[in-house]
Amino acid sequence: MIRSVMVMNTQGKPRLAKFYDFQPVEKQQELIRSVFGALCSRAENVSNFIEADLIFGPDTRLVYKHYATLYFVFIFDSSENELAMLDLIQVFVETLDKCFKNVCELDIIYNYSKVVYSCHNLGVKLSYVGACEL
Amino acid sequence: MASTSIMDTLFQRNLDDLIKGFRQHQVKESVFIAKALEEIRREIKSTDLHTKSAALHKLSYLNSLHGIDMSFASFHAIEVMSSPQFLHKKIGYHAVTQSFHEDTPVMLLITNQLRKDLNSHNQYEVSLALECLARIGNIDLCRDLTPEVFTLLSSSKAFVKKKAVAVVLRVFEKYPDAVRVCFKRLVENLESSDPFIVSAVIGVFCELSLKDPRSYLPLAPEFYKILVDSKNNWLLIKVLKIFTKLAQLEPRLAKRVVEPICEHMRRTGAKSLLFECIRTVVSSLSEYESAVKLAVAKVREFLVDDDPNLKYLGLQALSTIAPKHLWAVLENKDFVVKSLSDGDFNIKLESLRLLMAMVSENNAIEITRVLVNYALKSDPEFCNEILGSILSTCSRNLYEVIVDFDWFASLLGEMARIPHCQKGEEIENQLIDIGMRVKDVRPELVSVSRDLLIDPALLGNPFLHRILSAAAWLSGEYVEFSRNPFELMEALLQPRTTLLPPSIRAVYVQSAFKVLIFCIHSYLISRGNGASSSCPENLSSGIAGTISVRKFPESSGLATLESPAHYEEDEEFDPRDITQPFEDLSIENGRDATFSIGQASTSASLPKNIFTQESIVNLLNLVELALGPLSVNHDVEIQERAGNVLGLIDLIKHEVLNPIVQGEEILAREETVASSVVKLMYDAFSKELGPVSSSAQARVPVPEGLMLNEDLADLEMVCGDVQSPLSSSFSLDSAQYGEILGVSPSNIQSKDESEPSNESTSLLAEHRKRHGLYYLSSEKTETVSNDYPPANDPMSQDKLNDDADDLVKFTEQSLAPKKKPNHAKPRPVVLKLDGDEISIAAKKPELMGDLLSGAVRDVLLGNEAVPASSLTNQSDKPSSRRKGKEKNIDLPLESENIGGEEMAGQGNTSSRRSKHHRSHGKERRHKGSEKNVEGKEDNVQKEKKKSNHSHHSHKARQKADEPLNVVTQTAVVPDFLL
Repeated sequence: MIRSVMVMNTQGKPRLAKFYDFQPVEKQQELIRSVFGALCSRAENVSNFIEADLIFGPDTRLVYKHYATLYFVFIFDSSENELAMLDLIQVFVETLDKCFKNVCELDIIYNYSKVVYSCHNLGVKLSYVGACEL
Repeated sequence: MASTSIMDTLFQRNLDDLIKGFRQHQVKESVFIAKALEEIRREIKSTDLHTKSAALHKLSYLNSLHGIDMSFASFHAIEVMSSPQFLHKKIGYHAVTQSFHEDTPVMLLITNQLRKDLNSHNQYEVSLALECLARIGNIDLCRDLTPEVFTLLSSSKAFVKKKAVAVVLRVFEKYPDAVRVCFKRLVENLESSDPFIVSAVIGVFCELSLKDPRSYLPLAPEFYKILVDSKNNWLLIKVLKIFTKLAQLEPRLAKRVVEPICEHMRRTGAKSLLFECIRTVVSSLSEYESAVKLAVAKVREFLVDDDPNLKYLGLQALSTIAPKHLWAVLENKDFVVKSLSDGDFNIKLESLRLLMAMVSENNAIEITRVLVNYALKSDPEFCNEILGSILSTCSRNLYEVIVDFDWFASLLGEMARIPHCQKGEEIENQLIDIGMRVKDVRPELVSVSRDLLIDPALLGNPFLHRILSAAAWLSGEYVEFSRNPFELMEALLQPRTTLLPPSIRAVYVQSAFKVLIFCIHSYLISRGNGASSSCPENLSSGIAGTISVRKFPESSGLATLESPAHYEEDEEFDPRDITQPFEDLSIENGRDATFSIGQASTSASLPKNIFTQESIVNLLNLVELALGPLSVNHDVEIQERAGNVLGLIDLIKHEVLNPIVQGEEILAREETVASSVVKLMYDAFSKELGPVSSSAQARVPVPEGLMLNEDLADLEMVCGDVQSPLSSSFSLDSAQYGEILGVSPSNIQSKDESEPSNESTSLLAEHRKRHGLYYLSSEKTETVSNDYPPANDPMSQDKLNDDADDLVKFTEQSLAPKKKPNHAKPRPVVLKLDGDEISIAAKKPELMGDLLSGAVRDVLLGNEAVPASSLTNQSDKPSSRRKGKEKNIDLPLESENIGGEEMAGQGNTSSRRSKHHRSHGKERRHKGSEKNVEGKEDNVQKEKKKSNHSHHSHKARQKADEPLNVVTQTAVVPDFLL
């Protein structure tokens, strides 16, 4: 299942952070920071997967995609397919693109609720389920 | 801010305003947040729901992105949640979902609100409530709301139904008893015509089956249908995930699914589905040659793809299959080696793992050579990954891939010198470990250590300190193999050792002590030898002993003498080589081994005459000079050790060296305190330290007349399987060990104890009693095997390997048929211990942990498996559970059930299962209704359930149509499929 969805910019500022199992706020911030730490050390044109065992506990993987100034990050466990998750990010971004017509970071900042809502519905559209219950 | 000040007074700022404000005041974010928070705290207390909800909305934003604690607002969130307006409700639910957790104190207050919304006619309200339950449901919530979820599972609105299905997962997890209520309906939804609902159900089963696949075996036919019929990739991926788990449990199922999966592999264009198929094949269907071939072919497509993601996943798939089908890796060897220099860290890492999987006895040297060279060039992080994997691969199963330990020792030394090396601890452990386990490698180890110690540059690198500590220890412990102890001493005492941490410095001091003792002792012996003509009584007896030892083995043990002679090619070291067999033989013969080694090696180095009066005096001065300041060191350990050495030097200077200066004649009376102390110390130091097994305690022989067995018999019953003491075979073993122990602890070898200790102790004891002879005799061969038998001799090889080793060797041999090289050198003996088996035995507790994994499984088993219990021959737990449950059921209900069943005319197990579902469901509901006191609702549910029942019986009959009519489920599962 999907553990968490994050959108953050290339400076590490979170733009969207959803955790599908409860995390105390301090822990959330720490996770965001460590995810960013893992992301920013990666070069362009490399694979989009990171083994996230150290950050999120055993058997978790992280898949991210880099669009302009934003990272889109999904964290999931072994019951998801990596490539499917990558597609899911693509779908998410396309959805946002449709909502905002050429989505950019500012859109996401200013329309937080819309983004949250579309993230919410993303799962429904794909009929994705898990306990995460997007 | 100008505009916001007006806003503050006139209008409330909503979330968008807040965000805009943020953008304008980026400089002082914390100040801005504090201000906004203050505002929110004020607004949230408002009685106007609109104001309140806007404040809550802002707060959840701050909480999510800026890590502001919002627990203070939990009560307000509940208030907003109960607003009649959907917009407010949504905000409220959002806040609750985001901030509540199992222990939130106001959790109790939302139960009724959730129930109300779950029963709402507005499907969006229902879905809000369902989402909330899915995220924060704790045991109480799940228990109390199970009836509502159950109702929603058969909702007419697909939008609600699929969410209800998904919520079931959370409910099951938190409140396993709900399985009895909801499971049947969940399964029914698999047949739904709505693909979203089916996919939701499969999603739930996918999650559930990850934790405990066995319980879902009976559902295999349904999954199979989806696998064959569905066109939805997402769904197929999930079903494949389930089959990956199930196929491992039921070989016949694997046989059935392998064809459809291959079909998908051939047909699909979606990479994700393709990869999932590959993964299923490599992890669960690796026995099916054709499927594996197809999968490997597809993997190759991935590997040559430009997309690094596919490359990475392809390599991952390869490493999954490597243990079983090494050919797949070997086929792609070139690619793997090439990816080692890929720009992507993931890919590099993965190919490194694959390379390591390819390592075997005959290519270990080449591969590590390549890798070490590569490590020299690569960045620090990857360099250490390489070193780490070399170390772990080489030490795997007690260094099974290492044939030439001299090479390995020098490899370790070389690795220590790689500039980025941070694996000090691991290298330290392995240096010492092979030193203790492999006798033949000690000379090489000492020379490697010397090279490390003597290089002052290495002392500056803190990562190497651990390695240096090992080197120091080795050179002290095995100083008799050193070519030049004086040089060693200088290395150990060099000024830059101040850079070392105290604990390691203490090791240095202690090693210096050992070297010193060795030198002085050698000197005394040589002097004794020189003087032996004049005073035969003193030392000649010792020498005579040595000579007799030397003569005796030469006649009787020629064979053993020859084998170790390879170990040193170095010409000038020749004399030492001859000393080695003495060591072994004399240990064998139970003589005073250490003494004779000393004698022999000293006499060997006599021609060189390095232990002269002058050199010893210099040595003593050097040590005194170097250690003098340490006697006031702050670290107690260093201080004490240095003090010991200095004390000894004092003694020696007085008593040993002075007489010589005075004249030879005093020598005759020279059994002085000092020389006897030196001899004593020397004997003590040259007692070999062997690796000690963790179960060594059990080997200590029982003193005569101590009736331990009887006394502890009761204890055994209590402790049960905690560990397997040798119980009845104890005395047999101990007799043998007693002999050996007297000689040297290093001779404790134990290769026969590889049996997993988890087995019932009594069974094991019984077994040992019966085969006591076998154990004893094998023990004897162990002792003999100390003689360094040639490793290629199949007989002794067999004896050397314990069961676990055998297995690994066997698989490896079958994989790499062209193994069996003619090694130039025989593989030396590697000591093995009981403790070494721990890593293998330790896997079992994991299974135990699995059992704990929750009441979920228990209940699922109890439920589903009335069939499953017969299927798996599991313990009688499920059935006893079932009995218990049946007792709970009211009698009338029971009879009603049976009646219904008879009418339906079903005699197979699946209907039995359904009966239990039903009855438990009923029972559950009764309890629930008692609690909730909502009679009306209960009635409705009962009706629904009845209709539901007829539906189910229909389905069950469908099942029955398929060829099954058996009582045992063992046959049932595959019969659906075959």
